[in-house]
Amino acid sequence: MNELLAIRFDFDTFWDFLFDPIIFKGLWETLKITTLAMIFGVLLGVVLAIMRVSKNPVASSAAGLYVWFWRGTPVILQLLLFFFGLKQLIDEDIFRDNWTRFRAAVIIFGLNEAAYMAEIGRAGILSVESGQMDAAKSLGMTNLQAMRRIILPQAVRVMVPPTGNEFIALLKNTSVLFAIGIVELTNAAKLQASRNFRFMELYSVAAVWYLMVVTVFSIAQAELERKLAAGERDQPETLFSRVIKVMGGSRG
Amino acid sequence: MTEAMVRIEDAHKRFGKLEVLRGVTTNIARGEVVVLLGASGSGKTTLLRCINHLETLDGGRIYVDDEMVGYREAKGKLVEDKHSAIAKKRAQIGMVFQRFNLFPHLTAIGNVIEAPIRVKKMAKSDAEELARQLLTKVGLAGKMDEHPNRLSGGQQQRVAIARALAMQPKLMLFDEPTSALDPELVGEVLDVMKELAAEGMTMIVVTHEIGFAREVADRVVFMDEGVVVEEAPPLELLESPQHERTKEFLSRIL
Repeated sequence: MNELLAIRFDFDTFWDFLFDPIIFKGLWETLKITTLAMIFGVLLGVVLAIMRVSKNPVASSAAGLYVWFWRGTPVILQLLLFFFGLKQLIDEDIFRDNWTRFRAAVIIFGLNEAAYMAEIGRAGILSVESGQMDAAKSLGMTNLQAMRRIILPQAVRVMVPPTGNEFIALLKNTSVLFAIGIVELTNAAKLQASRNFRFMELYSVAAVWYLMVVTVFSIAQAELERKLAAGERDQPETLFSRVIKVMGGSRG
Repeated sequence: MTEAMVRIEDAHKRFGKLEVLRGVTTNIARGEVVVLLGASGSGKTTLLRCINHLETLDGGRIYVDDEMVGYREAKGKLVEDKHSAIAKKRAQIGMVFQRFNLFPHLTAIGNVIEAPIRVKKMAKSDAEELARQLLTKVGLAGKMDEHPNRLSGGQQQRVAIARALAMQPKLMLFDEPTSALDPELVGEVLDVMKELAAEGMTMIVVTHEIGFAREVADRVVFMDEGVVVEEAPPLELLESPQHERTKEFLSRIL
């Protein structure tokens, strides 16, 4: 076999590209889109969740319809449909100039995520005992006040673990953004590999960065869950608090 | 203004096919303490929840201080009020629940100040001052910053009473306030309720505590199968009930 096409894994190439600006730029793109889409998705998802549990039939079925569409079609199709499709339909310069790949990615992923967050939010809201709403109402709170001050803060505790899963899933799903030509982490590795044929090395670099981000995020999530559990008798020990304790830290 | 704080006129309530209230009529006077007595399923809790519109009515009228809660009358028919109007009226009626229903994410004092701040738009410092007074009054001066799950059932229920009182209600509804408590904790909650009664609060209490009824109530209303069977001052009703159903019920619980 030709020397140049040796199948051997080249660690030097791997290390070089692990901290390469091309990869970093892709990683940064992935993080930006994931974070912004997630924030958008959570906010819209909570609104949809409240609509779904509301007694107003128009609100609850509108939210149901929303979830039905965004959960029922592949995200890659949604990207194609609303990025290229809308550009075809709306032939105005002002729209074409502003409907950038990046904005389309954030908005479409955010809209998609909202459908999943709506279900998580609904489960969270329904997990709060009905007596809580009774008590809030009996004190003269409006539905909105009760929702914001009493129900949601309790629902959030139930919502955090599945929301963490959603974040991780979203992070990985941004790799389909190659469909609309965004160079995020996976696509950056792919483009580079097609130049130097170091597929194994470059895809490994991408894998390492995904794992790094997920690991850091998981630790932060565990810490958040611990904080939210404040006031519960048995505070769950998290990886983070355990590590701190083992290292001789003072927190319990 | 009439003498009656609460006027219940022919109240009807159904849950699906089950008729829970089948025409309840009674009045509660200002400053009166009324104990609602009856077997489970007799409709007493439902009646209480209809008074502050946690349940809708299927017929009849309930007036608190001469105003309907949750409804307005339009061409002789009942129309449900707007959310904000309902909330405003509920704010004047305190309610204490069997399962306490404290807000677990807030401390004791946080539970008490929440509604005064959000609903009455009271300044935080004023609300905290009021909450301190009330929590001290119910004997929990040392527990203000505890979360509910660090309090005993009796302590939780006393926080719940303080929470309701913080809205300075003109009427207090108690839904089996001691039924979920260990026997040794019942007394501390009843003591707070007795004190409240002595201060002249209008109270409607669903309870099986016959001792409380005998000692504190001005009147006992006995309900069975969704109607008021008889009502009388406690000694009269408890010692010489007129109706068979009352006698039968009392013989079972005394």
